[in-house]
Amino acid sequence: MKSFLIILCCLPFLASAQDTIQGMVMEANPDNKHLGLPGANVYWQGSPIGTMTKEDGTFSIPYSKEYNKLIISFVGFQTDTLTIDQPKMVHHWLQPSNELDEVVVKQKKEAVQKTFFLAQNVVTVNSAELLKAACCNLSESFETNPAIDVNFNDALTGTKRIEMLGLTSPYLLITQENIPMVRGASQAFGLTFTPGTWVESIQITKGAGSVVNGYESISGQINTELQKPLTDVPLFVNGYANLNGRLELNTHFNTKLTDEWSTGLYIHGNRRDSEVDNNNDGFLDNPLANQINVMNRWQYQNPEKGWVSFFNVRYLNDEKQVGESGFNPETDRFTTNAWGSEINTERFDGSVKLGYVFPNLPFQSFGFQASYSHHAQDSYFGFNTYDIDHESIYSNLLFNSIIGNTKHKFKTGISFAYDGYDELVNGTIFTRSDRSAGAFFEYSYTNLEKLSFTAGARFDTHNRLGNFFTPRLHVRYTPWENGSFRGSFGLGRRAANIFAENQRMFASSRTIQLNGNGGNIYGFDAEKAINYGVSFIQKFKWFDRPGDFSIDFYRTDFENQVVVDWENPREIVFSNLDGDSYANSLQVELNHRVLPNVEVRAAYKFYDVKTEYQTGLLQKPLQARHRFFTNVGYNTQPKENGAQWRFDYTFNLLGEQRLPSTGANPLEYQLGEFADGYSLMNAQVTKVFSNKFEVYLGGENLTNFRQYDAVLGADDPFGDYFDTTIVYAPIFGRMLYMGFRFKI
Amino acid sequence: MMKRIAILAVMFVSVVGMAQDKNKKTTFEVDGKCEMCKMRIEKAALGVTGVKYASWDIPTHQLSLVVDERKANSMQIKSAIAAVGHDTKELKATQEAYDAVHPCCKYREDNTDDSTTHKNDNP
Repeated sequence: MKSFLIILCCLPFLASAQDTIQGMVMEANPDNKHLGLPGANVYWQGSPIGTMTKEDGTFSIPYSKEYNKLIISFVGFQTDTLTIDQPKMVHHWLQPSNELDEVVVKQKKEAVQKTFFLAQNVVTVNSAELLKAACCNLSESFETNPAIDVNFNDALTGTKRIEMLGLTSPYLLITQENIPMVRGASQAFGLTFTPGTWVESIQITKGAGSVVNGYESISGQINTELQKPLTDVPLFVNGYANLNGRLELNTHFNTKLTDEWSTGLYIHGNRRDSEVDNNNDGFLDNPLANQINVMNRWQYQNPEKGWVSFFNVRYLNDEKQVGESGFNPETDRFTTNAWGSEINTERFDGSVKLGYVFPNLPFQSFGFQASYSHHAQDSYFGFNTYDIDHESIYSNLLFNSIIGNTKHKFKTGISFAYDGYDELVNGTIFTRSDRSAGAFFEYSYTNLEKLSFTAGARFDTHNRLGNFFTPRLHVRYTPWENGSFRGSFGLGRRAANIFAENQRMFASSRTIQLNGNGGNIYGFDAEKAINYGVSFIQKFKWFDRPGDFSIDFYRTDFENQVVVDWENPREIVFSNLDGDSYANSLQVELNHRVLPNVEVRAAYKFYDVKTEYQTGLLQKPLQARHRFFTNVGYNTQPKENGAQWRFDYTFNLLGEQRLPSTGANPLEYQLGEFADGYSLMNAQVTKVFSNKFEVYLGGENLTNFRQYDAVLGADDPFGDYFDTTIVYAPIFGRMLYMGFRFKI
Repeated sequence: MMKRIAILAVMFVSVVGMAQDKNKKTTFEVDGKCEMCKMRIEKAALGVTGVKYASWDIPTHQLSLVVDERKANSMQIKSAIAAVGHDTKELKATQEAYDAVHPCCKYREDNTDDSTTHKNDNP
């Protein structure tokens, strides 16, 4: 190799004091031509002062006596250090180098895009938390989370009803991987159709949600992420049994087919075939049930090209039999031999999701999803019959990008939805098809420190709700370290599916009154409400262990609502809201790791939910105004193979609940105005033997608190006073269960 | 032969450099140690006009950027980062700038990965 000279041209310097160094960086060549090198780094060693050469190779850098080593570097060239003691012109030739000393591009995508400072009030429930309540499906996954209240739906089916901010699930948007899931026909039992082991995580958004997921959410959103074939274990088996005769089996099989493709088969079955009537009212405390639920997922992932895709199919068949013990459907159906009911559901779901992240632009992506579901429920309750057939299509196209830089982000897209309902209610046919299309835009800003906000709006056109505009706003402000204020505002609308959402009314002697006003949804107008709220959270360290304190207040104001009035025990009256209807909710929560392995969570909740019924403005029935919740978890230090003990205890205290009026009934069928407050305890112990195998044992309702008069008029189920809808406490007493989890 | 390849490579680099990519992806090392450093570094980088995306990784100390080269060059970004107290290979923060960073971020004294013990991840 020829030796290349480093040539330093010292031009005559100016006599006057000069505080910049000017010069030119050139590419070394045999003829010493002035080939300017653009984009070379020129900087003082150990200083914060640097610059880059311009297109012609020239540069100018401030001079200071503090520094005297000027470094010139460029990718593909040898780095040179020049000693400069006084301001002067610098001409410098750089030598090519065969070694690259700087790696320019790294091809790696993060599995999860970290969201800085979300403006929404979102609680994420991860899989470790879900294991605290081992049984059994999504409706029971919220027992250890104070944001959601779990209530009893009716005296027969054992189904749990969830509430957020004092409003029941129809006012929550419940999605599965951002596709609306529990809605329409599945409103009553939909949460029981997602087995707990399928759930990877749950995101709970309090208050108005994002416009991206539609206009329907009023008090909040719950999104469930399911297990993904690529990340779930190859084989998972879970068995569960309780002393009330419920058996559950869950199996997951996942395989990676190629570098890009993986698939998973998830099978769930549950069964209860022993009749249990511990309160001796002649009615089964829990349904005789049978469910088979099979899902197949396909996942395609190509991080280099930026594509992610999911294909999902799911089939469900669920059968429940409830009513008097000894009821035999074959001989007793539609007779007065015994009161009984059967609820049979068959459901098919299919969905496609497609996501693309631009490989060189991690902030830019688009997503497409489309889903189809068909839900058919055939049921009878004594002499009442209710069948519903619901076909639903939902699709959504979304584009994410930035304006300038990632402090300004936006999401925009379009969505389309179709719902076809076919209902048979005691011989009367109700048919309806709803179609809507909408476009949305959501802008979010963050200054990466104190302030962030998200402002979104969507415009939809719906064949029944008309053309309308839905604004949503979320703001977050961090006044000091680890503390933040949030505020939200949003509008929501929905078409109430009055029969599907209130189908427990069929298991009573109440007559159904529809006092419509000629609206186009069963004679009613669409529901419309505004939700707004504020919250504050402060993280802290106490005794060097982390904790957080939060307080939030939300209010929902209904502009229109389909009011369901249970206040006359002879009937159930549906009417459009005439007057006020609102829900105020306050929650104060404290979490702290009190000892190295002990986590304590405590919350107090206050609800003031009132609606103008036929008989005046009344507190919502069957809702405790005051609730106190505490959860204590203790885990021993895991050994190398993962072996540990886990203990979990939950205590719930509910204040008195107003009961719907039974004053018009004869004295023996009256329940009084209020139900007394009570408390409930659950506990669970898990023994982890290794990363592969664990066993758990637990108990629900350990104090054995029960409501004995849950089935009103149980002695005469075909009489005028029969009612199974007034349930404020558990029907079944203490319930012990055990199970195992095996995975490889 | 080697020389020719090297020159070709250099010419290619120069051509790419001349092309002034609108969405140039680059990565370089920035000293720091915790979530607060991450926030400060990313904020400083995004404060430079033309920087579209900035993500600093705590364990590797790598700052990944997407930059509009017509508006910003890497030395401008490095000087913005040095101005808030973080060193890069080329530019060192002044003592005043370094003294201004939060006590938990003193990476020059103790350059361990602090991501698990000190967090500022407000939910």
